Amino acid sequence: MIRHLFTGLVLASLAVTAHAAFNVDQLMSGLAQHKGGRAKFVEKRTLAVLDRPLVATGEMTYTPPDRLEKRTLTPKPETMVLDKNQVSIERDKRKYSISLTSRPEALAFVDSIRNTLAGNRAALEKNYTLQLDGNNDNWVLTLTPTEQKIAALLQRITISGSEDQIHTIDYLLADGDRSELTIEPLDPR
Amino acid sequence: MTPRAWRTLLLWLLAMLAGAAVVWSSRFSTDISFFLPAHPTVAQQVLVDQLKEGAVSRLLMLAVEGGDAAQRAGLSRELHTRLAALPEFVSVQNGDARSEDAARDFLLRHRYLLSPAVTPERFTVDGLKAAISNSIDLLASPAGMLLKPYLTRDPTGELVELLGGLSAGAQPASVDGVWASHDGQRALLLVQTRALGSDTDGQEKAIALIREQSAAAFRSAGVQGLTLQLSGPGLFAVKSRATIKREVTRLSLISLAAIVAVLFFVYRSPRILLLSLLPVASGALAGIVAVSLAYGTVYGITVGFGSALIGEAVDYAIYYFVQSGRLGLDSWRQRFWPTIRLGVLTSVCGFGALLFSGFPGLAQLGLYSLTGVLTAALVTRFVLPPLAGSNIQIPVPARLGLALHAGLRQLRTLRWPAIGLALAAFTYLGAQRDQLWLPNLSALSTVSAADAALDARLRADLSTPAARYLVVVAAPDREAALQAAERAGQRLDPLVADGVIGGYDSPAHFLPSATTQAARRAGLPSPDELQRRLQAALVDSPLSANKLAPFIADVEAARRQPLLGRHDLGGSGLALAVDSLLLQGANGWSALLPLRPAGGEQGVDIRVAAVRAALAGSDALFIDTKGQFDALYGDYLHQAVWLSTAGFVAIVVLLLVSLRSPRRLAGVLLPLVMAVALVIAGLHLAGERLQLLHLVGMLLIVAVGSNYALFFDRIAGGASLDTATLMSMAVAATTTVIGFGTLALSSVPVLHAVGVTVGPGALLALLLSAVFASREVPA
Repeated sequence: MIRHLFTGLVLASLAVTAHAAFNVDQLMSGLAQHKGGRAKFVEKRTLAVLDRPLVATGEMTYTPPDRLEKRTLTPKPETMVLDKNQVSIERDKRKYSISLTSRPEALAFVDSIRNTLAGNRAALEKNYTLQLDGNNDNWVLTLTPTEQKIAALLQRITISGSEDQIHTIDYLLADGDRSELTIEPLDPR
Repeated sequence: MTPRAWRTLLLWLLAMLAGAAVVWSSRFSTDISFFLPAHPTVAQQVLVDQLKEGAVSRLLMLAVEGGDAAQRAGLSRELHTRLAALPEFVSVQNGDARSEDAARDFLLRHRYLLSPAVTPERFTVDGLKAAISNSIDLLASPAGMLLKPYLTRDPTGELVELLGGLSAGAQPASVDGVWASHDGQRALLLVQTRALGSDTDGQEKAIALIREQSAAAFRSAGVQGLTLQLSGPGLFAVKSRATIKREVTRLSLISLAAIVAVLFFVYRSPRILLLSLLPVASGALAGIVAVSLAYGTVYGITVGFGSALIGEAVDYAIYYFVQSGRLGLDSWRQRFWPTIRLGVLTSVCGFGALLFSGFPGLAQLGLYSLTGVLTAALVTRFVLPPLAGSNIQIPVPARLGLALHAGLRQLRTLRWPAIGLALAAFTYLGAQRDQLWLPNLSALSTVSAADAALDARLRADLSTPAARYLVVVAAPDREAALQAAERAGQRLDPLVADGVIGGYDSPAHFLPSATTQAARRAGLPSPDELQRRLQAALVDSPLSANKLAPFIADVEAARRQPLLGRHDLGGSGLALAVDSLLLQGANGWSALLPLRPAGGEQGVDIRVAAVRAALAGSDALFIDTKGQFDALYGDYLHQAVWLSTAGFVAIVVLLLVSLRSPRRLAGVLLPLVMAVALVIAGLHLAGERLQLLHLVGMLLIVAVGSNYALFFDRIAGGASLDTATLMSMAVAATTTVIGFGTLALSSVPVLHAVGVTVGPGALLALLLSAVFASREVPA
């Protein structure tokens, strides 16, 4: 009986894969083609402790394969640069620099977006299970952490987009707080 | 033996016993104070205290290598547990999350005493509004992740303030939750010993314990192929002591064995051989006694110099036995003693010049050698004759006589080539004079290149670069030192804001003065008042005041909290930081504030003038440590040039007064000066890194070599140079070359430099004196 059920499951999953005209590899290779560039972002954070959401806006610049600059303009200027494993944050004339090698869970967290931008499936699958829905013009990729340390921080990341362009990144944290990032490319392509 | 001989022997024995008693109770040391200035400036004193007693001198860096990352992390934790349990270690850090969390909890618990942002203004309605709205803005940023869990306890963001201020310096990387090297291949630990850095025994014990515990940890984990690497000032001290101890024994034995072999070959008599060693033993003992009585501590390197002293001090007995045989004692005293005495005096001038050096090691070498040579000469003159008796015949083989005279004639034909060679040497030295001498103190260090490289690697991995720029404040007690550090910090803060410096550390960051803590505590409002102000401050805020009960509770707890003291920090990383930066010396306390460079265009340098301007008018002292060490060595070098010149002038004056003839003076000096030039040019050409001790060696070539030149001068004085005299000179020169030559084998740079200079120098002095000796020699 159990064996039957199991076989059924395997078949079902195979069927799903077979029917999906659009798969993770396709998405990733499409994203990997992306040459990088500048984008406007709006980030909305909903925190249980606050009575209303916080909204930050600014610009992001991605330079493949491993540099991401996030320049927040409102409500308060701040620049974050993620370069390889080094995060530098500049705020109020103060500079902080953190090596993420000492914080693997934080690295996996910030790496989720960078690896998605880079279309690096192997790196993503180290820490997350990937699930893709939709089609090439309107896809949704869901990352669910497999690592206990990351799961303690994060329930899932939902990324949506069309073709090789990401539109939104939605972080749902373990404590129910969430952060929604909407991205709009600045450079004509 | 005659009654007089017995009396002499008895007196000598008593003197030796007294000397042995002094040596027995002497303190021997191999530590770095050999190199540290005897009369330091205020800035140098800070560095000396730091090197000898500072927390930094008690730090040992450990690296676990081999195996896989998980094994290394496991062993790092195991080793941490084992070492932390031992009373020999004050603090053991391996970056483990538990201890990091403990440090963070400590900061969180005491944030209202520790945070520099805590002022009465911060707790007004406007202050709260600004601080809390800043925290909320921060929540919207990536850095906000850090703050979020603490928002309701710490809405003004004191923890962020503290962490931002404290850990601005780079942290070591981490793999599997413990510190690791940047490439991830080594797990790292940082250990502070209870033993002081200057307590070499304590350091040795601590290092042995670490090795023992790591071996046990490796065994119990059952893993193969893992190794422990260790470095730090304590290890250098232990290794340096072992090297010096080993070399003192080894070099003395080599030198003694070779000299005994030569002497036995010449004397063919065990009794005369033993008698010859009497002045040597007396000299070596007297040297140590004099140093012990004058300085209180005898450096191992000084004792190591004994191997050279043996070679030099045995000369007098050689002259006595070889020359007095045919002449008889009285005739020898009349004819040869004045020459020997003059030689002793020139040696005394040379070694005596070193006594005035501010470099303690050099002054000791001077006193040791001076006393040794003088004692050996006196024992030869007054003790040896009655003990030896009158009928001593040292065989002088006729064949040897012929060979020596033939050699002498041969040497005389080399005058022009010798002059040509010497001129070439002088020209070379003239051309190279600016790059002859190594300009830094590391040239004298006993630390091997491999050990230094390992140390540098571990230091880079642990991100603990040696702080180059320091601001130092002194005060009579800890509290006053912390207050002074806070005042200096206030002058440095604008420099950080202007980007002149990247930041600075201060013991007051980790442990503010009681005054400051009390002021911060006094500025905290009561719960009702805080509640009222929060309501007013947060009217338009997304964070409502009624969620901040934890904040009000924490502030109230802080108001009732006792002030923090050093004991509250325990053995944490914070305690380590305070201990490294707060130093109790003989004359009170000093606080160190290492400055971090701003980076960018300026790289690792700091605009020194701007820092000095900011500190002007305060009692804070700004020190560029690298500059200080370079200046220290520069002072030593400068002084050594001066002293060598003075010693040389003293020898010249002595010779002029004794010889009463400028021509004879020139005859004695010329070969010596040529020998010095040839040796230094030769060493530099051979790639030897010339330093201070080579320079001193130049003076010693003149001081020691003049002994032989003076015998040749006897010809110019009308005396003949018979075979026995020639033989005694040849043997004496051989023993001296053996003595100094043995030092050249040493891996201790101080000893090696003297040996490699004076050994060949003495030989050249003899040969060149022969080359330029007058012709009136009976065949």
